[in-house]
Amino acid sequence: MKGSLIILSFFATGLLLGIFRWFPPQILSYNFSFYVLCALMFSVGISVGNDPNSFRQFRSLNPRLIFLPLMTILGTFLGVFAVSFLVKDRSLANCLAVGSGFGYYSLSSILITQYKGVELGTIALLSNIMREVMTLLLAPWMVKYFGKLAPISAGGATTMDITFPIIVRNSGKDYAIVSIYQGFVVDFTVPFLVTFFCSL
Amino acid sequence: MFIVIAFMLAGIAVGFLFRRWKIRFIHRLILTLIWLLLFLLGLEVGANNTVIQQFGKLGFEAFLLATGGTLGSVIFAWLLWLSFRSKTDER
Repeated sequence: MKGSLIILSFFATGLLLGIFRWFPPQILSYNFSFYVLCALMFSVGISVGNDPNSFRQFRSLNPRLIFLPLMTILGTFLGVFAVSFLVKDRSLANCLAVGSGFGYYSLSSILITQYKGVELGTIALLSNIMREVMTLLLAPWMVKYFGKLAPISAGGATTMDITFPIIVRNSGKDYAIVSIYQGFVVDFTVPFLVTFFCSL
Repeated sequence: MFIVIAFMLAGIAVGFLFRRWKIRFIHRLILTLIWLLLFLLGLEVGANNTVIQQFGKLGFEAFLLATGGTLGSVIFAWLLWLSFRSKTDER
């Protein structure tokens, strides 16, 4: 929670400076953020490739639970498809691009801003923050009515870091490995799915 | 836009090649870059009058999409949970 507040405060600071025009206008015109984004993606890649546990620690997993990330992705798409009729100004592909953040608001909003502009980028940021907050707040209720896998699915890409403690508390220690596995897989799909839906 | 993905794949390859050396500073670097980019995103949003005027509407659309996505995934996880339960009960 503290980490997300820090991230949000960076966005808010930028927002205020932007509203009052307290910055040199060249920053935005040089497409500076694209180069930072490339550096970020390179670093994210290094962190995945450099961790030997990335691919090994999932052998003890129940075979059925291997499908949980797939259920998360398909369920999200179906839910987003259902509400896309209410979001009249956005195409289905744009809605799915936002949904493909799976709570990973920093990366998804940055990518979507780069591909589709600030408007959809802002929606992606807010929407994915909301998904994370919903998971944090509603986890006990999800377990009660939809079983112990529900908050793991709701947490999407965040279940190996930000929402991990809440999930372990509500679903139990037995689901810690599932939570890490699902977070790892969904996290990895975010840049691919977001890029895919933005290119449609 | 696939340039971005190419950068990530190149990163994975580099990280894998140097897997004997633990690149410890990488997580700190990622966090710093994320802070910088969200600051820049804020700047861009703040400087864009049309987005600022529509902020409430964008927030509402964001809320709809978040609710749809979360609820859909919860229901699908429930389906997997039910099939999982019935299998373990049979034993």
